[in-house]
Amino acid sequence: MTRISLSVNGVQHEADVEPRTLLAYFLRERLGLTGTHIGCDTSSCGACTVLLNGQSVKSCTALAVQADGARVTTVEGLAEDGDWHPIQQAFHEHHGLQCGFCTPGMLMASVGILSENPDPTDQEIRHALEGNLCRCTGYQNIVNAVLAAAEDMRSSAAAS
Amino acid sequence: MIPAPFEYERATSVAHALELMAQGGEDARLLAGGHSLLPLMRLRLARPTLLVDIGGLDDLKYVSGNGDAIEIGALTTHHEIADSHELGEACPLLTTTAAQIGDPQVRHRGTIGGSVAHADPASDLPTALLAMDAEFVIEAVGGSRSVAAADFFEGPFMSALGDGEILTSIRVPVSGASGVYRKFNRRAQDWAIVGVAALIGTDGGAISSAAIGLTNMGGTPLRAEAVEASLVGVSGADEVAAAAAQVADIGMPPGDEQASAEYRLHLASVLIRRAVGDVLT
Repeated sequence: MTRISLSVNGVQHEADVEPRTLLAYFLRERLGLTGTHIGCDTSSCGACTVLLNGQSVKSCTALAVQADGARVTTVEGLAEDGDWHPIQQAFHEHHGLQCGFCTPGMLMASVGILSENPDPTDQEIRHALEGNLCRCTGYQNIVNAVLAAAEDMRSSAAAS
Repeated sequence: MIPAPFEYERATSVAHALELMAQGGEDARLLAGGHSLLPLMRLRLARPTLLVDIGGLDDLKYVSGNGDAIEIGALTTHHEIADSHELGEACPLLTTTAAQIGDPQVRHRGTIGGSVAHADPASDLPTALLAMDAEFVIEAVGGSRSVAAADFFEGPFMSALGDGEILTSIRVPVSGASGVYRKFNRRAQDWAIVGVAALIGTDGGAISSAAIGLTNMGGTPLRAEAVEASLVGVSGADEVAAAAAQVADIGMPPGDEQASAEYRLHLASVLIRRAVGDVLT
């Protein structure tokens, strides 16, 4: 067992973990944060995407011990005080989901994209979402939602 | 799928990592970003008994240049390379190649040192580094050595890196040449069926120097030497296409479920033509 200490959605956690524990399983099974989905289990589909120190990563391809000392954000950490994050609002308004399985990963990857590029083009969003698969093939509305969230976040930033 | 059990140690310095690797024996493996190793461990194709985690060694995460050469710490991520203004100015082939690896999540975790040490012939960065005549700096308990990219890759997943050695940095000569990386795959984020790294110098509209690296055209990254020789002095599209066709000089590439050997040669020729064309236009 290896002792780890990490912040998840602003809450500090300490835990003893088996080194082979993958971050996705630690989040789901130890912390009960089942919003992080496990889809392909082979680093392809992106359903397990979380933010690690602010950057999008596939949590099925990171060991929990590698997140020692890190700041993790999962989909449960997006809303603040009951108010949806702009990306959640935009996915809701633009119907950026059908079955919803890929949605947590899509949301987290999109937050990652917008933190690096606040004003992406349609093509830039498609390229940056390469690591996230939607098997309902709802990509068009997902891209529309990310464009809308980007605009919303830019105007909020300008107003503040 | 969960990896088989292993012991885990966190290295606090390169010297500490070397010590841990020596204690761990031949089944100890280094863990950097884990984006080559962890997928293999999950499939149980790799079953190391000890993982020595060097991911926290921040002094292996840097880009520093002196005008003639740029040195890149082994733990620099693909994202940091793609995003580096300094590298973009000095080694555009490296930044454009790094930007095409996997997807953003993979680029946030995967490291240049890990990609080189893994020596997968389908990887993008080793090909670009071979075309740039990079050198790899390797630390061992007894001291350090430097190996040229042309001597480093020995076969699929085999390199000059010995047990208990650590690749700590990559040195790249600054040439002033233009760089383009082109790869072909059928689906986003797939490995390259074929990739081409082109480092092209021009003088008055004609090619004055050419280095062409090939991804997934053999057991190691390769240089298309006959193409390189034919490209020098060339300026027109027809001559570029004729030079690109010389890629057949490397012999037959592997055929697999993705592409036959003949199709790979065709793809390589087309990608060389397009990559060189990108520089000339």
